[in-house]
Amino acid sequence: MERLLKLLDTNARLTTAEMATMLGTTEDAVKAQMAELEKAGVVRGYKALIDWDRTDRKYVTALIELRVTPQRNCGFDDLAERIMKFEEVETVYLMSGGFDLMVIVNGCTFKDVAMFVAKRLSTLDSVVSTATHFVLRRYKDRGVLFLGEDVDERGAL
Amino acid sequence: MDYAKLMNKTVQELKPSGIRRFFDIAAEMENVISLTIGEPDFSTPWHIRQAGIKTLEDGKTWYSANAGMLRLREAISAYCERHFSLSYDPKDEIIVTVGGSEAIDLSLRVLLQAGDEVLVPEPSFVCYAPLARLTGATAVPVVTTEKDSFRLTADALRAAITPRTKALIFPFPNNPTGGVMRREDLEAVAAVLRDTDIVVISDEIYGELTYGDTPHVSIAAIDGMKERTVRISGFSKAFAMTGWRLGYVCGPQPIMKQMLKLHQYALMCAPTTAQYAAIEAMENGDEDVVTMRNEYDMRRRYILQRLRDMGLPCFEPEGAFYVFPCIAGTGMTSEEFCTRLLKEKHVAVIPGTAFGDCGEGFVRISYCYSLKHITMAMDTMQAFLAEHCR
Repeated sequence: MERLLKLLDTNARLTTAEMATMLGTTEDAVKAQMAELEKAGVVRGYKALIDWDRTDRKYVTALIELRVTPQRNCGFDDLAERIMKFEEVETVYLMSGGFDLMVIVNGCTFKDVAMFVAKRLSTLDSVVSTATHFVLRRYKDRGVLFLGEDVDERGAL
Repeated sequence: MDYAKLMNKTVQELKPSGIRRFFDIAAEMENVISLTIGEPDFSTPWHIRQAGIKTLEDGKTWYSANAGMLRLREAISAYCERHFSLSYDPKDEIIVTVGGSEAIDLSLRVLLQAGDEVLVPEPSFVCYAPLARLTGATAVPVVTTEKDSFRLTADALRAAITPRTKALIFPFPNNPTGGVMRREDLEAVAAVLRDTDIVVISDEIYGELTYGDTPHVSIAAIDGMKERTVRISGFSKAFAMTGWRLGYVCGPQPIMKQMLKLHQYALMCAPTTAQYAAIEAMENGDEDVVTMRNEYDMRRRYILQRLRDMGLPCFEPEGAFYVFPCIAGTGMTSEEFCTRLLKEKHVAVIPGTAFGDCGEGFVRISYCYSLKHITMAMDTMQAFLAEHCR
């Protein structure tokens, strides 16, 4: 299972036949394991890693730190759930350290994102303060190089 | 000046490596997908690099003892015990060398002299015969075949032995075939050797890289063989440390004593920074080896399947990081196949003939590349075959 997951984690586009070959098992076994992993909620989805900067689409990403007053009985969960529902929001993490929630938001322009923070996030009852950090350049994302190429510098012997 | 007259004749007669030659052609072309390289695509694990860096920062940049730092020799000794059940005395049975290659050179020079013969199973790595020739000895090829899983059989060995045979090169796990020797094969070979004075030069540089459930067994671990075996290994392949140039050789004290003299005059000692890094590799590197081996194993299975799917018969390699498919069915020679594949499709692989005459009909493909790279190369090779085979 773990080997299959590691394989999917590096490249989810391998066919089940290829994965079966690489893991030394049968295609049916791989299919069954994947179904099980999906059913158990271990595998949450399969997505492409897209460098939007190389396309015509206008696309900005911001990391927003939220300081929050936790509510009695439900801590941060209620607020996190409300924030999750906005479709602009890509990621919500509960954090240790200097702030409470990290919200990653995508939009077309800096202004879009700034307005979303001002109108949607800052106004939430328990939010004490926000700090918005825009991503200027993606060097590497989720283990994949976005800038530059891996050059093979090995010579021959 | 007529330089040819000035220089050693034997050296001038040596042919350059067939691997190198082919790589050079590829290097001059653009957009070549190469599968020729015989070294890991991984960088040396960070904690090992860090161990080297630390000693540079601390200014530990002096020569070490000729045989290598005692602490490293102790670590190597413990490592050989832990992984291969072999015990060598760090004091006088282990020498740290500049790569496994130096250890091969030392072994040949110490054991051979003019008129001697050394048996070299082929296909195998390119350096044995040229280095043997410099001692005045003759390298006698012993052919291993796919039918025998590219293992050295007792019969082939027995048939090659003459009164002049002084040594046997034992290159397993094998580059380029991926053949390995299992315990029963080793027993059979040992039975032939035990009554002779032939010394085995066991090149186990790929010893950590075997696939499947049966780990590598050293011929030195077979009854009665340790006293007649010089065991060579190193850090390059298992720990992805090729550029550090560090290997080691273990063997009977009288042989090591002579080797140490040559090593001392020619090299003084192996690079100190590399030795410090190697201590870290020996003591805390086992997990890295497992991780890299698992990665090679997945690529091995993938590339093997792809080659078979495109109709090339291919022995399932059991060690090292190469596959050695048979291309004879295309009607081309190895050289022709590789040249045309390179010129027409810009994919570079090495002709089997670089590893001995019996490599004719085969090509060596390295899988020390990312899966993406391998996939691209296989797709292209498949198209090439589709065009050339009916």
